[in-house]
Amino acid sequence: MERDDLIVNDNYSLNAHHSEEEGVKIRKNILFVTVLLTAITAVEVAMGIIFKRAETFTWEMIKWSFVALTLVKAGYIVMSFMHLGEERGNMKKSILVPYLLFIVYLIYVALTEGFGHLFNHNSLH
Amino acid sequence: MSGHSNDNVSSKELWGGGQSPYGISYGKMYMWFFLVSDALTFGGLLTAYGFSRAASEDPWPIGEQVFRALPGLEGQYPLIYVALMTFILIVSSVTMVLAVEAGHRNDKRGVVRWMLATIIGGAFFLGSQAWEWSHFIHGGGGSFLLAKEVTITADNGAEYTLPVGEAIYMDHHFGELAEAYSEGDKSVELHNDHGHIKLIQYGEHTHEADLHSLTINKYIADEQGVSGVNVAKLWNARSESFTFGANMHENEYALQQSYANFFFFITGFHGFHVFSGVVINFIIFIMAYRGVFERRKHYEMVEKVGLYWHFIDLVWVFVFTFFYLI
Repeated sequence: MERDDLIVNDNYSLNAHHSEEEGVKIRKNILFVTVLLTAITAVEVAMGIIFKRAETFTWEMIKWSFVALTLVKAGYIVMSFMHLGEERGNMKKSILVPYLLFIVYLIYVALTEGFGHLFNHNSLH
Repeated sequence: MSGHSNDNVSSKELWGGGQSPYGISYGKMYMWFFLVSDALTFGGLLTAYGFSRAASEDPWPIGEQVFRALPGLEGQYPLIYVALMTFILIVSSVTMVLAVEAGHRNDKRGVVRWMLATIIGGAFFLGSQAWEWSHFIHGGGGSFLLAKEVTITADNGAEYTLPVGEAIYMDHHFGELAEAYSEGDKSVELHNDHGHIKLIQYGEHTHEADLHSLTINKYIADEQGVSGVNVAKLWNARSESFTFGANMHENEYALQQSYANFFFFITGFHGFHVFSGVVINFIIFIMAYRGVFERRKHYEMVEKVGLYWHFIDLVWVFVFTFFYLI
C-alpha cells in the first residue's frame, strides 16, 4: 500500500506550503495568542490571590470565571496552535462532537453522584 | 494552511474515492483520534478528582495554601511556581508552533532551531515538576493529630475548640526533629519544663529545636498561628499520629489520602506525557537535522508531533485550573 505521508498530493494538508509573507502574518498571530494565554494565566493567579475562598456568591462567580477563562485558553490552543480551526468542517466535528458529548455526560454523572453521596452522608448524621 | 481543506466540495465528490474526505493525511487524522482518547483519559482523571472532592466529608486542601513555596524560599508565593511552570509550557508550545510554521516554508534551519528550543522548554518543565514533587513529598514541617478535644486562643485573639483528630501543623525546624522523635529515634529527647517544649538530638552534633508556635487550618482555610501557653496545650493533647510530607499511604495536607494520590497520579501521568513528548521531539529534531524531511519535501512529521506537544499544554491548562486553582 502506498504511504500517504510520502506521496505528494495537493489535496492533503501535508502539502500545505506557504510563502515568506504569509509566514510573517502567521507569526504575528502566534505572538498574539502567546501574549493572550500568558495574560489569562496571570489574571487567574492574581484572582486566586486577591479573593478569599468562602461559601459566597463572589467566590462561586470567580470559580466559574476560572472555568470560562480555561475554556478560552483551551480554544485558542486547539484552534490556533493545533490548527483545528483550519481543518475541514467534517474533520473538526468528528473530533469535537464525540469528545464534548462524552465529557459533559461524565462530568454531569460524577458531580451529581458526588454531591448526592455528600447529601446522604449529611442527612444520616 | 491546510492545503485545499477549506474548498467547497460536494459531498458526492468528497466521498467518491480517490481523495481524503477530511482533507487530511492518515497520520494526522490518527494522531487526532489518539489525542481524543487520551483527552478522555485525562478528562476521566479530572472528573474523578471532582467526584472525590464533591463527595468529601472533610474540608479539601486549597491550592494556594499547599503550593506556595519557591525553590529555596518557603513562604507566601501562592501558585507563583505553578504559574511559572504553566508559562514555561506555553512558551514551549509557541516554539513548537513556530517550528511547524518554519516547516511549511521548508525552512530546515528554522525547524531545527525551534525544535531545539521546544525540547529545552520541555526539559525545564520536567525539572520544575521534579522540584515540585520533591517539595510535596517532603512537606512543610509535618502535622500531628489531636487525641482529645482542646480549646485554645489563636494569635488573632479568636477562640477555637478543636475536635479529636484535628491536624496541628509544626514549623520546618521543629518538624525535622519531631519526625525522628515520632519514629522512635532514641537519640532525640523531648524536654518539657513548665510548658517550654524542646526536642534535642544528641550525637556528633547536638541539634535543638524549640516549639515556639504551631499552626491550625494550615491548608484548608485561613491559617492561624498559635503561640505561648496554647502551644503546650495542643502539644500535650497530641496523639501518636504524626505525618510528614506525603507518600502513597499518608499525607500532611489533608485527612483524605485521595488528595495526595490524585496529585501524584494526575501530575505524574501528565509529567510522563511531557517526558515522552520530549523524547519524541528529540527524535524528530534529529531527523530534521539530518535532512530526512528535506528529502521528503514536506515537514508533516513536525506537525504531527506538534499536535501531541500542544495537547500536553492543553491538558496542563485544565490541570492548572481544576487541580491548583479551584
